[in-house]
Amino acid sequence: MSKDRLELPDYNTLFSEERFVQQRENKKQFEAPCCEQETAEALAYSQTAEYMAKNFDRKAVVINPHKACQPLGSIMAALGFEKTLPFVHGSQGCNSYFRSHLSRHFKEPTPAVSSSMTEDAAVFGGMSNLIDGLENAVALYKPEMVAVCTTCMAEVIGDDLSAFIGNARQKGVVSEDFPIAYCNTPSFVGSHTTGYDAMMKGILSYLYDRSGIQAAPGSGEETGEKLNVLLGFEPYTGNFAEIRKILDAFDTKYTFLGDHSGNYDSPATGEYEYYYGGTKLADVPLAANALATLSLQKYTLKKTQEYIGTAWKQPVTALSTPLGVTGTDRLLEAISELTGLPVPASLTEERGRVVDALTDSHPYIHGKRVALVGDPDLLIGLIGFCLEVGIEPVHIVCSNGDVEFNEVKFKDEAEALLATSPYGSEAKLYIGNDLWHMRSLLLNDPVDLAIGSSHLKFAAKDANVPLVRIGFPIFDRHHMHRYPILGYQGALNLLTLIVNTVLDELDRNNSGFNYDLVR
Amino acid sequence: MGLDIESSKKIVEEVLEAYPQKARKDRQKHFQINTEESQSCGTCALKSNIKSRPGVMTPRGCSYAGSKGVVWGPIKDMVHISHGPIGCGQYSWGTRRNYATGTLGIDNFTAMQVTSDFQETDIVFGGDKKLEIIMREITEMFPLAKGISVQSECPVGLIGDDIEAVSKKMSKELDMPIVPVRCEGFRGVSQSLGHHIANDAIRDFVLGRAELAETGPYDVNIIGDYNIGGDAWASRILLEEMGLRVIAQWSGDGTLNELEIAHKAKLNLIHCHRSMNYMVEHMEKAYGIPWMEYNFFGPTKTYESLRAIAALFDETIQENCEKLIARYKPQMDAIIAKYRPRLESKKVLLMIGGLRSRHTVGAYEDLGMDIVASGYEFAHKDDYEKTFPMMQEGSIIMDDPTAYELEELAQKLNVDLVGSGVKEKYVYHKMGVPFRQMHSWDYSGPYHGFDGFKIFAKDMDMTVNSPVWNLIPKKAKVQKEEASI
Repeated sequence: MSKDRLELPDYNTLFSEERFVQQRENKKQFEAPCCEQETAEALAYSQTAEYMAKNFDRKAVVINPHKACQPLGSIMAALGFEKTLPFVHGSQGCNSYFRSHLSRHFKEPTPAVSSSMTEDAAVFGGMSNLIDGLENAVALYKPEMVAVCTTCMAEVIGDDLSAFIGNARQKGVVSEDFPIAYCNTPSFVGSHTTGYDAMMKGILSYLYDRSGIQAAPGSGEETGEKLNVLLGFEPYTGNFAEIRKILDAFDTKYTFLGDHSGNYDSPATGEYEYYYGGTKLADVPLAANALATLSLQKYTLKKTQEYIGTAWKQPVTALSTPLGVTGTDRLLEAISELTGLPVPASLTEERGRVVDALTDSHPYIHGKRVALVGDPDLLIGLIGFCLEVGIEPVHIVCSNGDVEFNEVKFKDEAEALLATSPYGSEAKLYIGNDLWHMRSLLLNDPVDLAIGSSHLKFAAKDANVPLVRIGFPIFDRHHMHRYPILGYQGALNLLTLIVNTVLDELDRNNSGFNYDLVR
Repeated sequence: MGLDIESSKKIVEEVLEAYPQKARKDRQKHFQINTEESQSCGTCALKSNIKSRPGVMTPRGCSYAGSKGVVWGPIKDMVHISHGPIGCGQYSWGTRRNYATGTLGIDNFTAMQVTSDFQETDIVFGGDKKLEIIMREITEMFPLAKGISVQSECPVGLIGDDIEAVSKKMSKELDMPIVPVRCEGFRGVSQSLGHHIANDAIRDFVLGRAELAETGPYDVNIIGDYNIGGDAWASRILLEEMGLRVIAQWSGDGTLNELEIAHKAKLNLIHCHRSMNYMVEHMEKAYGIPWMEYNFFGPTKTYESLRAIAALFDETIQENCEKLIARYKPQMDAIIAKYRPRLESKKVLLMIGGLRSRHTVGAYEDLGMDIVASGYEFAHKDDYEKTFPMMQEGSIIMDDPTAYELEELAQKLNVDLVGSGVKEKYVYHKMGVPFRQMHSWDYSGPYHGFDGFKIFAKDMDMTVNSPVWNLIPKKAKVQKEEASI
């Protein structure tokens, strides 16, 4: 293959060629650009404390936020159930955006349909769109359940999903017993995590109500003793496998309520199936009889937890994403408490191996100052991990952090957690802020590492801080979501990511003397 | 060579059988098999630019995507406000790869998400007051921004906000162009109306507002090149080498000034006709500027286009054009000599936006590949009229095809390559069908011009002939059909 290699410079190198450098220079005469000095001054000014003060003074404009809108989360929730087709009621462009956004992260297809409402539907309502849409979607994509959420268009004009779905049944486009769950997901309230919660609650309550089963928590009726487990808006398919491994080690029975790891990590077999894996619809009403429910994103799943606690009368243990050794310890304690089973020896041994790895790497991560960005539950997990290994969180931005659990605000919990350790003493939380704020923070109070999604790459580059990609979305690196970040194994993966970034930086920035073979 | 017309018809019929009656009747109108008749008739029967059926998984986007995502977003020295709730701006942030020079956040605002992040109170009380504050804050945050555009999301048009009044008032206060764009996502049936609305906004608020110090006989505009992976740069270099002076680039790597001075050109050269034809027609009427469509995909079409462009100028340009072609031709021949044998007779299915489904046909044919089916998300009748003559007999032309239709067709036609978008991509990876994203160039490019064709050829070969596909078992049904042939 290499014998007849041709020179084929692409977007990476082509435009560095002299002819393109000249082209750019020449083009400037038509651009009426700012002069170089002006640009240099504006750049320098944007890096100052004075600019940062103005930046934090903004009242209205949002620049590079770290959150998305509700229906995106609803689609992920719907894809956690067996043969369920997400149906977005409203403008069709939204659905194309959701499908693209999720597929860019997971590198997997996102089947979802829209009711394609246009101007006439804005005037007359989207009922006929919803009815026609259900008929077409069921005929083409043969789902066993349709899960309807809304775009802001349908919310603003006040479409009544329940009535419309009822009319669709009356018209006979879907049979009376065909399951259609739904929820309202206005984009101008909350974020993608809110929408995940809304759809999860919508599906659980719908499937439970229609089953006619009366919840008898703890009876284990028909299913044996079971634990319900919810992972929430989970960008890591690997986390499902890790939780499964942990629960199997306990030898307990369990049901995932919402498991999109099938749809978002399906095999290339030569055939495309539309639907892979997911929680079985029939398992949902039976889940009402489980011993207890374990939620791993307590801020995301607020309404779902309340529903399970009240309608199913189940004890609910709600944690944030269990990252790190301490976070995993707490997870295992919770499982042990809920099931009455002891922590299995295999996990204790795994813990030991991971702690051993942490001791090996501590010289390179100890005292490293980091910036963190993510959803509330991820941040609680990440802060915990940092503190237990001696990493010092400094700037923590949470665009969708105005949330609470059990009447404790996320901010208060995070600050209390930081206060438990000397390594948290420098940290400051920025709730509702965006990545343009983060840029100012990184420039004015530099850190060693930035930890967050691909969207953080711009601020990290401006401040010349290496980025460790953790969270959602990760568009520009491959397959990271296939590896768990929770559990002991996840702690090892987080450690590996972080320590090797530090070591890469040491090599990259070597002084000529310290280019060491052994580290 | 040609494909069998009857068998193509049968395949389409079979695919549409799955639909309920009402939708089937509609979808039938969006397919046509290419025959001698359809190539010559000026009015093809194929229906386009009408509403998508609900629930069918249309690939289409919305007006906002057409305006912010396509036309306005690449104008680099203006700040584009995604006005409304958080999502639209988030999903369209930095995903289109419209490259631009400059420093991000300082004098280049392309790969950014600037939004009013509507909350419930904004829906109830309106967003006009907030929009004013946002505009002031933008000038504080981005002192070098030359202007602002307001890209409306769905709620803006539904709650009765007056973004025009706000823009007018603030334009005066801030002394810069502020352009309200009514591209709410529910308007129209696809991205296409968004292009039109965005074009009208350029016409009404920007075009003709600045002068060019010196004009010359060779001044041209590049219109409808969004500089995906550097496309416009790879195109511009050819025009400049030929002796033309490109005074405006719309809109990839474009600036406010280039929007304002374009009326001073002698000729408009339009690549993506679908998204910017409104402006070249307007400039023809208002300023008497002639325009021509060109195609810089693949050497055959590029030679043809370069000569057609040169023919509109004097002998100097025509001589330059021949010299240019003579200089590049050996490089192009070497590329074809290398890649054509590896790609000869490979069957391709395309489904792209409003241009490339026909414009790239020549590039594939230069590599010996056969386009067996081609479709658009949001093309209009005129696009189809131009498409039929470019396609081989018996090929399938489709409008707004659904995910289901594409998947069925790809299998029934047993194609070797599908070219479409990110929503489609991973489905074909499951099936074991080689796939290239033809909106973003699959994170490669440029594909325009001679520099671009080299990359195009390399990419198609890489994807069609990658050994990874051999690791996937071919679907049993397809094997059987192959055996029976």
